[in-house]
Amino acid sequence: MLMRLLRNLSKDKLAMTSLAVIVIIVAAGIFAPWCAPHDPEEVNMKLRYASSSWGYWLGNDHLGRCVLSRLIYGIRPSVLWVLVALMMSVLLGAIVGFIAGYFKGKTDAWIMRVCDVMLSFPGYVMTLAVVGILGAGLEHILIAFVVMKWAWFARVIRTSVMQFSEMEYVKFAKASGIGSFRIITKHIVPVTFADVAVIASGSMCSMMLQISGLSFLGLGIQAPHAEWGMMLNEAREVMFSRPELMLAPGLAIVIVVSAFNFLSDALQIALNPKLMTSKGKLRKKEVGKTVYEYSRG
Amino acid sequence: MLKVDGIEKSYKQDGLFSKQRQQVLKKVAFECKQGECLGIIGESGSGKSTLGRLILGIEKPDRGRILFEGKNVNDRRVRMGSISAVFQNYTSSINPFLTVEEAIMEPLKAQEKVKADMQSKVDTLLHQVGLDSSYRLKYPHELSGGEAQRVCIARALSTEPRCIVFDEAISSLDVSVQIQVLRLLKELKQLYQMSYVFITHDIQVAAYICDRVIIFRDGQIEEMVPIEQLKDVQSVYARRLLTYLITFQVEDQG
Ligand SMILES: Nc1ncnc2c1ncn2[C@@H]1O[C@H](COP(=O)(O)OP(=O)(O)OP(=O)(O)O)[C@@H](O)[C@H]1O
Ligand SMILES: [Mg+2]
Repeated sequence: MLMRLLRNLSKDKLAMTSLAVIVIIVAAGIFAPWCAPHDPEEVNMKLRYASSSWGYWLGNDHLGRCVLSRLIYGIRPSVLWVLVALMMSVLLGAIVGFIAGYFKGKTDAWIMRVCDVMLSFPGYVMTLAVVGILGAGLEHILIAFVVMKWAWFARVIRTSVMQFSEMEYVKFAKASGIGSFRIITKHIVPVTFADVAVIASGSMCSMMLQISGLSFLGLGIQAPHAEWGMMLNEAREVMFSRPELMLAPGLAIVIVVSAFNFLSDALQIALNPKLMTSKGKLRKKEVGKTVYEYSRG
Repeated sequence: MLKVDGIEKSYKQDGLFSKQRQQVLKKVAFECKQGECLGIIGESGSGKSTLGRLILGIEKPDRGRILFEGKNVNDRRVRMGSISAVFQNYTSSINPFLTVEEAIMEPLKAQEKVKADMQSKVDTLLHQVGLDSSYRLKYPHELSGGEAQRVCIARALSTEPRCIVFDEAISSLDVSVQIQVLRLLKELKQLYQMSYVFITHDIQVAAYICDRVIIFRDGQIEEMVPIEQLKDVQSVYARRLLTYLITFQVEDQG
């Protein structure tokens, strides 16, 4: 399954580029202390608004801090923590959605009513409310995200599970005495995975933008720490005199968001079973050709 | 061997506040012996497929029980390896992510009787249903309807079950393919000494393959006749089917 996915994905240049961008950015975020050339919080007033130099590739901000280092450290809250929150809400939503969609009946009815209640709160307002109650801070926003988003995932996954659990191969599996757990993992997870991957990468984008937005408003991560939205906010005052300070975090956000969007599109295609063998055959042909070339040379 | 003992089944009627339930099966009781092919024919909506789902343990009856060799089919261990099924809709009856080989091996793997000769087993099964081994690595969307249905039959046979339920398994196939598949089923039945529960609309098909026919109507057994006495059937629906058949034959001859 995973091998097939990777094989299909590897045919798509845009997808591979997006995947590479994401992997590099995630790695850079995880290994930030080794990647970043300077301490992101080191104030150096002498270098205030310095333009790019050999020591500071992307220049320095209003406190003389290294922009590149701040950008790299900013990956952690802007991308990594959002990814963690996303995974948590997808996991929670998937478990609840699978239970509701597969077992149906009363279980489903109750779970869906709870989801309805959760979904009837407007997302942004709830996030603001949670921040209002618990105070500003990244972890509070992330908690709010998980609380708000799981119901949405549960809903989408439940619908998709319901649709697929009506399929006759599931009926056959049930009839031949295969257990529910095995049916879910073998027959329903792979086919719903496409849906989950697409909505997950879609909401990855919206969550990243929201976190940056909230940090821009000063509700997210707190002052000396780096975050892309906050970097945008800090650069706002010098928007016209030094636009490149805004450009760096802005571009970073745009690049990561687009990479996730492209990847989600490519996943949708790569997960389409109809495309599997045409690619498989392509592979076979290539194998045949190399063999031919070997025998010739 | 398969004993259906006074089962009832009802479904909630649609509608937000209605508490009414639609009785789909009413006190159905019959028995299917070892090696017998039992046909179930009846009008659309008479509850044949529902009965099939209950026999397969996919749903539970509201009342009554279904016993397979004395054990309740609700227990999946009773069904595993012993009862199998072929459904009507071949487009959704194989997981699109699995190759033919993987699909056929699925019930075998579930039994945890993974053997080294599984590969050759798949080959044998494919040959038995008239496909060659080149089909093993194909995906379902690359199969024609008839081929897909054969794969489904091979999959149903893989555990050498003692009972197979066919729910309109050949209705959606081309007539010439229908005949081939029917011949095949008859041979396989001889070979493996299996029982069939054969749900169909088509009285001609039932006459060809079944030993005994149940005429089903409004969730009840209206009549049960051995195939030799099918001509003397009493129920209105079956009579009507028979007359159509005769008129067709007359037209064909004329
Ligand atoms: N899951 C369900 N929920 C509610 N009603 C159902 C359900 N399944 C079947 N029914 C109802 O039960 C009745 C019998 O359906 P069933 O599918 O068993 O008929 P059938 O004899 O197989 O018909 P056909 O020959 O058209 O396949 C129908 O009226 C249908 O509306
Ligand atoms: Mg039916």
